[in-house]
Amino acid sequence: MYDGWKVIIGIIIFLGIATFPILYDLGKAAPPPPEPKIDTPEIQKMAEKKCVEPKSFMKTEHMVLLDNWRDWYVREGRSIYVAGDGKEYNISLCNTCMKCHSNKKEFCDKCHNYAAVKPYCWDCHIEPKEGGQT
Amino acid sequence: MSISRRQFFKIAGATAVIGLGGISAIEILQPGQFEAAQLSRNPKALIGKRWGMVVDMKKFDEETMKKSINACHRIHNVPDFGNPKDEIKWIWPETFGHAFPGQESKYMSEEIEHLPFLVLCNQCNNPPCVRVCPTKATFKRADGIVMMDMHRCIGCRFCMAACPYGARSFNWRDPRPFIKEENKEYPTRMKGVVEKCTMCYERLAVGLMPACVEESKGALIFGDLDDPNSEIRKVLQAHYTIRRKSELGTEPSVYYII
Repeated sequence: MYDGWKVIIGIIIFLGIATFPILYDLGKAAPPPPEPKIDTPEIQKMAEKKCVEPKSFMKTEHMVLLDNWRDWYVREGRSIYVAGDGKEYNISLCNTCMKCHSNKKEFCDKCHNYAAVKPYCWDCHIEPKEGGQT
Repeated sequence: MSISRRQFFKIAGATAVIGLGGISAIEILQPGQFEAAQLSRNPKALIGKRWGMVVDMKKFDEETMKKSINACHRIHNVPDFGNPKDEIKWIWPETFGHAFPGQESKYMSEEIEHLPFLVLCNQCNNPPCVRVCPTKATFKRADGIVMMDMHRCIGCRFCMAACPYGARSFNWRDPRPFIKEENKEYPTRMKGVVEKCTMCYERLAVGLMPACVEESKGALIFGDLDDPNSEIRKVLQAHYTIRRKSELGTEPSVYYII
């Protein structure tokens, strides 16, 4: 092999750079997953604190639910969602979801920032004012 | 190990059949969580087969017209950029010559020539904008409303080129800073999408009349063109009406009493 030592040093440097992020984090605990806050005035008022669907479902499937909601409302013109427990909800991000979850920064953004996802809801939908009711 | 051409095709074919069959089998056996989702309509919702409007120019004065326009633009967060190049409009006044090109004449009544005609999206029965939209962001609903799905609009502006009425506006700039008072109940738009009048689908869904109709003091008549007993059909029976550029075959749903 011509210039073997140069090639080997090159490979070592490359492996060093490529594995740096993994080695750097080795042994460190992962940052704790964020706890979205639900202590808004609207939610405090509720006798039984529950969302449209059970919490575990909302945690993993809220994006699917919202995606379906927008298609049902905008494209199919069906405006009321009947939840698993038979309760009816108006299909609306700002007028149903955010009426309770009026703390976007502490609720939506906390996890979305942690997971580095950037939903573009708020390019158009008006986010509730922090602190006050909508 | 060698493999003959014939064997290769056999294995490839069998793999494809098993693969595709497997995917559809999974879908059939495990339907999505939302397949069985229950949906319903607001019992108060106005339901029609083909919504339409009559603009009675005899009953309109400029004051009422302005009120109708402002009500629409305020409710739907329509921005005011203050310059005609970026202008966004859902419903606006137009001269007779612009609203009904080809129908004006040298000797027509000057009063009508200079009257501002209220124009809006015609909610065509054969909408050219829907035909050209590559993403189905604009589509015709079962009740005849030509709807905009802002989530899908990519801002290609084919619909603007196709619409013979200029009823569509493009957001060249971020509209947020130019909205005087935001209506929190209704979304704004973002830079790079096309918008237009949607016949207040969101108000019809809760049993309200379109905003312009509510403010028009009876000069705008809204109703189901498909229902022979509706008020709008009775008005159309009783009056001679014209439509904008109906010769193009777009079948507009907005009628004018001159």
